[in-house]
Amino acid sequence: MSREEVLARVAAALEGAERTPLPDHRPAAPTGPADVADLFVERVEDYQAVVHRVDPADLPAAVAGALQGAARIVVPPGLPPEWLSALDGVEVVADDPPVPADDLDRVGAVVTAAAVGIAVTGTIVLDHGPDQGRRALTLVPDRHVCVVHESQLVADVPGSTARLRDAVDDGRPLTWISGPSATSDIELERVEGVHGPRTLHVVLVGRELRSPT
Amino acid sequence: MSGTFIGMPKFPAAAREALGNSQQRRNLRHATHTIRAKRARVVGELDDWEELRRTGAAIKDHVLSHLDRYLAELEESLTRAGATVHWASDADEANRIITSLVRDAGTEEVVKVKSMATQEIGLNEALEEAGIRAWETDLAELIVQLGHDRPSHILVPAIHRNRAEIREIFLSEMGRVGTPPPAGLTSEPHELAEAARVHLREKFLRATVAVSGANFAVAETGTLVVVESEGNGRMCLTLPETLISVVGIEKVVPRLEDLEVFLQLLPRSSTGERMNPYTSTWSGVTPGDGPQQVHVVLLDNGRTDALADRVGRQALRCIRCSACLNVCPVYERVGGHAYGSVYPGPIGAILNPQLRGTTSAVDRSLPYASSLCGACGDVCPVGIEIPELLVHLRTRVVDEQRGGIPSGEELAMKGAAWMFADHRRWEKAQQAAELGGRALGRKERLGRLPGPLSAWSDARDAPTPPAESFRSWWKRERGSR
Repeated sequence: MSREEVLARVAAALEGAERTPLPDHRPAAPTGPADVADLFVERVEDYQAVVHRVDPADLPAAVAGALQGAARIVVPPGLPPEWLSALDGVEVVADDPPVPADDLDRVGAVVTAAAVGIAVTGTIVLDHGPDQGRRALTLVPDRHVCVVHESQLVADVPGSTARLRDAVDDGRPLTWISGPSATSDIELERVEGVHGPRTLHVVLVGRELRSPT
Repeated sequence: MSGTFIGMPKFPAAAREALGNSQQRRNLRHATHTIRAKRARVVGELDDWEELRRTGAAIKDHVLSHLDRYLAELEESLTRAGATVHWASDADEANRIITSLVRDAGTEEVVKVKSMATQEIGLNEALEEAGIRAWETDLAELIVQLGHDRPSHILVPAIHRNRAEIREIFLSEMGRVGTPPPAGLTSEPHELAEAARVHLREKFLRATVAVSGANFAVAETGTLVVVESEGNGRMCLTLPETLISVVGIEKVVPRLEDLEVFLQLLPRSSTGERMNPYTSTWSGVTPGDGPQQVHVVLLDNGRTDALADRVGRQALRCIRCSACLNVCPVYERVGGHAYGSVYPGPIGAILNPQLRGTTSAVDRSLPYASSLCGACGDVCPVGIEIPELLVHLRTRVVDEQRGGIPSGEELAMKGAAWMFADHRRWEKAQQAAELGGRALGRKERLGRLPGPLSAWSDARDAPTPPAESFRSWWKRERGSR
């Protein structure tokens, strides 16, 4: 009943009203790839997240370093196994079958990939594909190690949804992460770490081997 | 449970009481000045801020002027994505729908994501009457709920409390409703946040039903969006089996790309960050991930009345950032409670009389709760002309009271109009004022006026009339030439 009532009230309110057009969005200003990676690192670090910038060959070592102190970790079923090849003495639990939330609360960390990184805002977007897993995986554990490739970076928020469109059309959720969980509810002073992971490590992987200088 | 706003006194009476609370004034001054500076810094980083504001306003105007079409599209895409859509024309209907959904899920408690819409409809009180406990999980909402208090700010509902007060509330109340705070809790913000983490985690892991609002609803994909900081939103949106989201009908945006505009405008205006820590989007049900029963309640509750007002309609652009509260000199001094609504500050002063009508004393007085300085309109990320709307609503309040026995103010205004209409009458009035001015001697300001005139003088400092007006001086000095 109320559906018709509300829609009738909307129609009555709009009777004779001017119908305004939908504006076009301006595309984001182009930024060179090198600048984008530098800016991304600067902005992610600004949120008190830990950034490890590595060549592809050093990815396993960086992941192992970010997991230091964790005895048991959880990973999404589609995570490339070679990313974990440098781990030593760490119990790895694959989320298949799904780990109950109570157990997720007891693992030390989670390792995932990402879908997009946004430089200007220092944001990582998960589209919860097979290498990122369901949403609870990156929420309940207290440490999140997230691997982002430079090819996944975009300069700014405008343009970011083009890369997320397929996942959304596929019915998948998105999680936009900008630093660790935080609150400003007490006297508007920022405190890092409330309900989400209190520690966020971002491993940014370069496009190719860089010669040491 | 938080108190109710029903039967609030009109704004001036509530403001006088609030001004007497010097602790609250200190807390508010500190908090609003902190957030103002942060906002200014991150807004200054964007060269195209004004263009972004205009685009945001234009998208909202477009949606509002095609709301019939977009609501139908949203309903269709939500249903296709596996969500069940409900429509509520007012608060009572929304509360009935949600209560019955919670009962159907077979539980007596829900966890809540901070949501203005559910506060607006008084959902917690309605659930409590039905024997259902609603746990607020946003830190500030938790402080308000545990303190049996009312929210006083859109973004930071406990902005009127300082750390020492929050510690006391946690120590005395947390243990009564769940995990108590650790012994030796200090008033350090990180310790208070840790106590909230431990207290709420038990509830997150146990709850089977969550209630949320939504910041945006994308019509083409049926995607709802929640913008938050702490991760309590993600917990509620992910862990329970059933999710019920209350969405005002004005929250629709057409396309996924439109989020790019609002995800720039909202965090920078709201918390003064380049981006808020967590933004969650979901489209109905995702098999194997998150709630498998997803309900969306589309809420009118006065919004179509605002939509019908050609001038007032723009208030529905509001994305609830609270930047207008933080810059408002009136809000900074009196706080949020005096506005008698979950929507305080300048936006509340234009939203409440439109959503609730102007039948109550507090709603009739709200359009006057402003000095019309214009700071609110300047910071609004979607360009709502708040001062213009305040004047528009003042006109409406005055128009509604026309007819019947004229008030003293009306008679005085009529008299003034008659006097100003003719220069001879004006000069006579000035001569009378000069006499008064001489009689008052060296006093610079008029104090409290007697009788009914005190209603005017209580809120205003008027200079005493000069002993000689400019006209008299001109006549004396130059009149003979």
